[in-house]
Amino acid sequence: MKLDEILQSLFPAGYSATPRQGLLSGSGKRGNGTDVHILGVIDDTPLGIEDAAQLASQVLDIARTPGDAPILLVIDSSSQRMSRHDELLGLNEYLSHLAKALFVAELHGHRSIGLLYGHTAAGAFIATALAATVLVGLPGATPEVMDLPSVSRVTKLSIDVLKEKAKTNPVFAPGLDYLFPTGAVHQIWDPAKPLAEQLETVLSQWPAEDTRAQLGLARGGRPAAQRIIDQVLALAGQ
Amino acid sequence: MSDALRPITSWYESTARQRIAGLLDRGSFTEYIGPEQREMSPHLDLFDLPKQFDDGIVIGEGQLEGQRVYAAAQEGRFMGGAFGEVHGAKLIGLIRAARKHKRDVLISFDTGGVRLQEANAGEVSIAEIIRAILLARADGVRVIGLLGGRAGCYGGGGLIANCCSSLVISEQGRLSVSGPEVIETNHGVEEFDSKDRAFVWRTMGGKHRYLIGAVDAFVEDDIAAFRAAARTALAKQARFDLALVQAEQQRLATRLQRLGSLTDSLQIWKALGVEAPESISSLPTEAFLAASQTVRECADEAR
Repeated sequence: MKLDEILQSLFPAGYSATPRQGLLSGSGKRGNGTDVHILGVIDDTPLGIEDAAQLASQVLDIARTPGDAPILLVIDSSSQRMSRHDELLGLNEYLSHLAKALFVAELHGHRSIGLLYGHTAAGAFIATALAATVLVGLPGATPEVMDLPSVSRVTKLSIDVLKEKAKTNPVFAPGLDYLFPTGAVHQIWDPAKPLAEQLETVLSQWPAEDTRAQLGLARGGRPAAQRIIDQVLALAGQ
Repeated sequence: MSDALRPITSWYESTARQRIAGLLDRGSFTEYIGPEQREMSPHLDLFDLPKQFDDGIVIGEGQLEGQRVYAAAQEGRFMGGAFGEVHGAKLIGLIRAARKHKRDVLISFDTGGVRLQEANAGEVSIAEIIRAILLARADGVRVIGLLGGRAGCYGGGGLIANCCSSLVISEQGRLSVSGPEVIETNHGVEEFDSKDRAFVWRTMGGKHRYLIGAVDAFVEDDIAAFRAAARTALAKQARFDLALVQAEQQRLATRLQRLGSLTDSLQIWKALGVEAPESISSLPTEAFLAASQTVRECADEAR
């Protein structure tokens, strides 16, 4: 789905969203008349230090706003911007700061929903979509930790061999369908149905805790994680 | 024995277990899910790769000067200390326990980031670790990050590190997101020469990170020095709230304004007010601390 179609389907009562150099900001109206803040990284934009600071600043403005309007974070980004400039000035601080901003916004009543409709990768993925409390995906989204050619270089296996291995266990392979079993994505929405209803369902079934490892176990993508977490919690309580 | 005569045990050269043993009070460490449990990666068989009995991370509890703490140490010698499913889950569990029992955590980072052979599982575990740390900090727990390992602290590890309440680094430590080879592979050797070690260190290394306020303490490459710095960090006020994140926003925005147009660390050090920037790389620890103390950026109450 294209961004305009997505926003129209999410907010039939109206929305406004302004794209500016790869970032999106605006707001939409829910069926009950209340607002949803819209923020995003769009157009396959790589996330660098300036944009991360800009986004975090907007999130913190929302955190200071009274009320409980949730934040919808729409994502079609590249990876983090890979450059000497960004690393020299501390990209790790800027990216994690954005994750912190989303977290404190939620402490102040503004829940965050990531909506992955395009691309995202690596550190930009962690700082945006994966930092939202709930992440949903739309079919056609192409999240990846690392592109297959880079995985091929590191693992010293050809892309053909990797594609063959992905059929047995896709835990390393790029793509929404391969990410879903790990629990990283809470839901994949159905583009044939109104997105507004699907958003309302998410908001009404908000998880009380981080359930991603439980989802990973139930879906079979992470057979060990939840068991290990439970075991550590039991040992640490003794 | 006086401090001057005490032999130095290199943090950089030590294994994860040696670091934990030296960091905590002698004999106080109890490991959780140790190598005897053989909790190995369920995914590496797919690549016919050797597994390790602890999946490259040691976790457990112990004491530091009598204070009960949780501790974790990544082993950079196993698959670059990368986050896989089991590796990540051990750290998630430990930090959730820290929140539950209101006990501080020490994390020794030594990681290239996500383990690509199980990339999806590793990536989501990093997001879970970040959330667990922020939840723990919001409940008053201190999370102290120690940076001086062989593999550096890269990728998602760099994001996790800056979620800690305090960071300690040695000259050997490197803290970054994209690693030198990754930048060079994607954008060419003109953008980033990964073989130029001096360049790598002055761009991502301990001294630069200390000067710009990306970390809070700079120590000698010595396990006892890390222990002393961890103890100091544990005595600091534990805080994590909107005002603190706003202060971080201000700090990072100011850095962009002040230093954002500069292209090399030497220019940055000069702009900060370092008298002889070209000598920084060669200064021993005490002289470096003296040269940086009045000019470095600080992140107190803003990380």
